[in-house]
Amino acid sequence: MSEKKNWPLWEIFVRSKNGLEHRHFGSLHAADAEMAMENARDVYTRRNEGVSIWVVESKNITASNPEHNGEMFEPAQDKIYRHPTFYDLPDEVKHM
Amino acid sequence: MSEKEVKNLEEIFEARIARDEKIEPKDWMPEKYRQTHIRQMSQHAHSEIIGMLPEGNWITRAPSLRRKAALLAKVQDEAGHGLYLYSACETLGISRDELYEQLHSGKAKYSSIFNYPTITWADMGAIGWLVDGAAIINQVPLCNTSFGPYARAMVRVCKEESFHQRQGFEIMLTLCRGTEEQKAMAQDALNRWWWPSLMMLGPTDAESIHTEQSMKWKLKRKSNDELRQQFIDQTVPQADLLGIKVPDPDLKWNEETGHYDFGEIDWDEFWQVVKGHGPCNKERMNARVSAWNNGEWVRDAAMAYAEKNEKRKVAKAS
Repeated sequence: MSEKKNWPLWEIFVRSKNGLEHRHFGSLHAADAEMAMENARDVYTRRNEGVSIWVVESKNITASNPEHNGEMFEPAQDKIYRHPTFYDLPDEVKHM
Repeated sequence: MSEKEVKNLEEIFEARIARDEKIEPKDWMPEKYRQTHIRQMSQHAHSEIIGMLPEGNWITRAPSLRRKAALLAKVQDEAGHGLYLYSACETLGISRDELYEQLHSGKAKYSSIFNYPTITWADMGAIGWLVDGAAIINQVPLCNTSFGPYARAMVRVCKEESFHQRQGFEIMLTLCRGTEEQKAMAQDALNRWWWPSLMMLGPTDAESIHTEQSMKWKLKRKSNDELRQQFIDQTVPQADLLGIKVPDPDLKWNEETGHYDFGEIDWDEFWQVVKGHGPCNKERMNARVSAWNNGEWVRDAAMAYAEKNEKRKVAKAS
């Protein structure tokens, strides 16, 4: 296998229509951002799936580590007072 | 990690799958799960890529612009499907180059059906109708498989695949409603593609070495034999509608079971093709390897251009 530099990996985000957020669609290899954009159009929007595309080189994404999911997300679990259902109100109270 | 710790992690892992939770790339997973997924997903990706070759053969000779546009779109979809699957596979820590290397060296397999030749236009019809039909039956259950990236890729693939089958059936229908000669072409294509399509759904359950583990990991939801029966049951009435005959003298509707009984499959032929002795194995690999090698300078030039541009941008900014 060659040691030379291969085309880097890019993550592709597509807005399917105005009013919706960009969503992760998948990834692909491309030499640069321009080529990533062209390839993303051909690979992910062949059937009108999008009106806007973001391409981000994968190495620029910082991801949380699932092994640290405990300290990362568990603190939110016991804070039930952050949810409206925590608060008892009499049935007579309307529109709240 | 101690053996006990691994065993504990494995139990947690199996329980998650049993609860229908999805596994994502950075989650802990048993090494065998990783390897099995790399094997199956890459095999699937390679099949999409090699699958372009038998059909590419007819793009320039399609009988009308409508057919040509449809066939081009189908082949382009297959490139896309290969790409979704390679990307999903790469999330397991194997590089695209390694995956290609495994295909080119013959270490990785692809679907044996693509080692049969496409000698008439009717083969484009038969492939769409039968080969894509069998592929859909295989793929729909995979939309629910346990590995998230694979399941997501399959959802996309399945959405796009149904046009493939319909365009194939339409080709068959047009031929069958045409002249005697055209109908004979359709019949000939069915004769040649029927048995390989049945084989495509994999060895019988008794011979399938991976089935049990794959069922547990939801890489498989139905056994090969169940899928094959489903394919036969849904395809035979379609052949009747076309007015052509499935080339199996033992094929018979069984009122009791509610399924078609069918004849013996020639598994020797299947294994011969898998081992590299099919009619087109060498041709397919040669086409693939030379496309990759001949494209090397283009890939290198694109990379060099990107690097030059990057340097220029940095120089401008400083």
